Amino acid sequence: MKKIVSIITICLLLFVGWGCKKDNSFLDVQPNTFLTNQQVFSDPNLVLSVLADLYNRQVDFSSLNGGWRTFADFSESFPSENGSSYIVQRTGWGYGEWGLNWFDSYNYIRDLNLFLQRDSASTGLSDQLRKRFYAEGRFLRANFYFEMTKRYGGVPLITKPLTYDYSGKVNDLQVPRATESEMYDFIINEAEAIKNDLPADVSEKSRATKGAALAMEARAALYAGSIAKYGATAPAVSLPGKQVGIDPSKANGYYTIALRAAHEIINGDAGGYKLYTAPTGATPAQLADNFANLFLDKTSPETIFAKDFAKGVTHGFTTNDQPFSFSDEGGDAGRLNPSLNLAEQFEKLDNTYAPFATTDASGNPVFYNNAQDIFADRDARLAGTIILPGGSFKGQTVDIWAGYRLANGTIVTSDEAGHLKPIVPGGPDVQVVGADGPVNGLELRTQTGFYIRKYLDPTVGSGRRGQGSTVAFIRYRYAEVLLNAAEAAFELGDNTTAAMYINQVRARAGLTTPLAPSDITFNRIVHERRVELAFEGLYFYDMKRWRLAHIVWDGTPTTVSDLKTNIGKATQHSTQPWGLWPYKEYDPGNPDNGTWVYKEVLPSLVTGANRFLLGNYYTQIGDDVLAANPKIVKQPNQ
Amino acid sequence: MKSFLRYIVFPTLFLSLYSCKKDNYSPPGTFLTGAIMYKGDSINVERNQVPYQLYQYGFGKVGQIGSNTTFEQNGSYSQVLYNGDYKLIIPNGQGPFIWKQDASGNPDSLAITLNGNQTVNLDVTPYYMIRNAQISASGGIVTATFKAEKIITDSVMAKDIERVSLYVNKTQFVSGGDNIAVQDMAGSDITDPNNITLSVTVPSITPSQNYIFARVGIKIANVEDMIFSPLQKIPL
Repeated sequence: MKKIVSIITICLLLFVGWGCKKDNSFLDVQPNTFLTNQQVFSDPNLVLSVLADLYNRQVDFSSLNGGWRTFADFSESFPSENGSSYIVQRTGWGYGEWGLNWFDSYNYIRDLNLFLQRDSASTGLSDQLRKRFYAEGRFLRANFYFEMTKRYGGVPLITKPLTYDYSGKVNDLQVPRATESEMYDFIINEAEAIKNDLPADVSEKSRATKGAALAMEARAALYAGSIAKYGATAPAVSLPGKQVGIDPSKANGYYTIALRAAHEIINGDAGGYKLYTAPTGATPAQLADNFANLFLDKTSPETIFAKDFAKGVTHGFTTNDQPFSFSDEGGDAGRLNPSLNLAEQFEKLDNTYAPFATTDASGNPVFYNNAQDIFADRDARLAGTIILPGGSFKGQTVDIWAGYRLANGTIVTSDEAGHLKPIVPGGPDVQVVGADGPVNGLELRTQTGFYIRKYLDPTVGSGRRGQGSTVAFIRYRYAEVLLNAAEAAFELGDNTTAAMYINQVRARAGLTTPLAPSDITFNRIVHERRVELAFEGLYFYDMKRWRLAHIVWDGTPTTVSDLKTNIGKATQHSTQPWGLWPYKEYDPGNPDNGTWVYKEVLPSLVTGANRFLLGNYYTQIGDDVLAANPKIVKQPNQ
Repeated sequence: MKSFLRYIVFPTLFLSLYSCKKDNYSPPGTFLTGAIMYKGDSINVERNQVPYQLYQYGFGKVGQIGSNTTFEQNGSYSQVLYNGDYKLIIPNGQGPFIWKQDASGNPDSLAITLNGNQTVNLDVTPYYMIRNAQISASGGIVTATFKAEKIITDSVMAKDIERVSLYVNKTQFVSGGDNIAVQDMAGSDITDPNNITLSVTVPSITPSQNYIFARVGIKIANVEDMIFSPLQKIPL
């Protein structure tokens, strides 16, 4: 009995004691479906993956993975896709155009603020790494506020994660709009604060570097300076609380900051950035190739900060915009056609502006022996940005011509690309229009006579839908820094410095005759940015910050004489994208037979004329946002 | 077949008729009409360019009613609404005129109580008025003479004329965006505002027509919208 009792008791005791201990630790297990903040912010690789998501949520005005249409507007190009004709058929833009999703934007800012809070509280990272991550988070936040400011002017400037206390009162969460200058001051101050925590590494392209922070600072300060200075051109575009509009007295201060920040990059403080000049030669074709390659070469010393793509993370820009006749993907091509309005902006090599000579002084057509002769002696960026008639891509020549022109001026053509038919009644069947267009209304082939070349990827298979292109989208590059410096110096009255910087950019494009300091004018600055930075998502903001948008896009149709006069003037109006169509002369027995003739043509789908209203300068803030936060004031003129 | 008729077609017919009656609200039927006026003279503007906004409180709704509500060329507007209380504003910076503002610079609202069709004219103060516009055509040339009367003359609010324009179109929509011929004169070239003359050659019209529509307009410096004279149909 005694034995049994003691055995049972001991067993029970053992069991209970054992069980107790075991249960406790059994319930206390590490979850294996998510990582705690402590875990994440102790491991540099995990922090980097959080950061990767934050990088990925940056926005751009034009972006390669955001669709070709983001490059298509403002009469700089014609959309050759029937579903997108509305771009050239509308007469203006809604006040809500170019907006961001307000809720996604502030979610993103909240995530950035949370990242900064957690990173600064982390104890498991080395001091240097923690500082770098922290600086990257602040760069992304400042750059995103810059994107918002360009669209909306002042927005609620939230730099801490907000928390709701379930009290039913949201007063503290309703933040009014900051002034526009406070926004720019924030961006500038953030860049100054973080620049030394970021690596000065020219080979780092897709993460924030010292160069990226300074480039952002220079651009932001330049924008702020020009809004302050040129705001006077359109005084109605301002709010009494200065959420929109900057006091003119601040202009010089901002220009000084822009010049200083640009100087830091130019002096090499941020690494050895320089203009991309591959050592291939200096013929016009080589210079044009060099300019096109700067967007393709991912190790280019010109790229400061880019949105990169790689195998598995590709985009369809080349698929959408490659020349039709040798498209990798039959029937998917040719959507983005640069306009004549843009093409004519590229100067002659003697630094003068001239329209393409289609007719002589007495109105007779000019005959060219080769398709490209009309484009000879021009800025190499013309052929570097645009595939011209007779130009080539992936080693093949594009077939762009609109038909035969008979000696009496009549045109023989077809509404079907590559169509065979007799030129004269009873003659043999020959091709009467190029396989790449142009034919009015025939989508996916050029309708202006031009295809885009910038960003177009010559890699084999890059035009296939399944494969896609890995060309990076450059957000900040050295040439823009030089132009920013030139503009800031010009506005501060230092034409010598301005000429020095602008000449560097021009020399790379084959314009080797330097501009004298006295040649630098506001028109020159505007023009140089338009041709150098075409299709980079900057033209629109330039037009806005100089308050030129309502003058350039004034709603009156563009005529041929509008096109041919005032080239290189900032106020030249451009409301409809024109084309330049090549024709082959058919006049057997005459020396002109087989030569090329050109005509300015307004594509027949273009029926609207862009009109930019004063209310378009700053994108509308939605009624839902205004209702949720009564402290937010409406945009002017809406 | 018979059961198909009985079990499917009749119930469907019945249901669709029944739901028609039951589901739908009666449509709004009260007309609110009017025009922008200055001392009884209507103000002519460009179509689709000068907006007004109607608000109704309650119903948990925020923002204006409808979208893209703009005045007609002759300054008139028209809305079909339900009876009720509304507020109307013209947003800041719109139109070639000044709409009343409250102390903080927001547009002042006009309360409208609708109970049956109603005409509400909106009194505004234009910067300029076009008086005695006379447009005639002879020999394919359209000539217009008019007087530009400066209404707002105090030194703070007054604005200069940027340019005056004569527009000609083949349809009744005549403005900077809709025209086949235009003649501009810069404000600095005007010698006598009481007697401004503009003329323009009418281009050939396809298909041909023996009349055109014409208006003259004044572009006021730093004001987006132009003010126009009443539309005139001119036989050629």
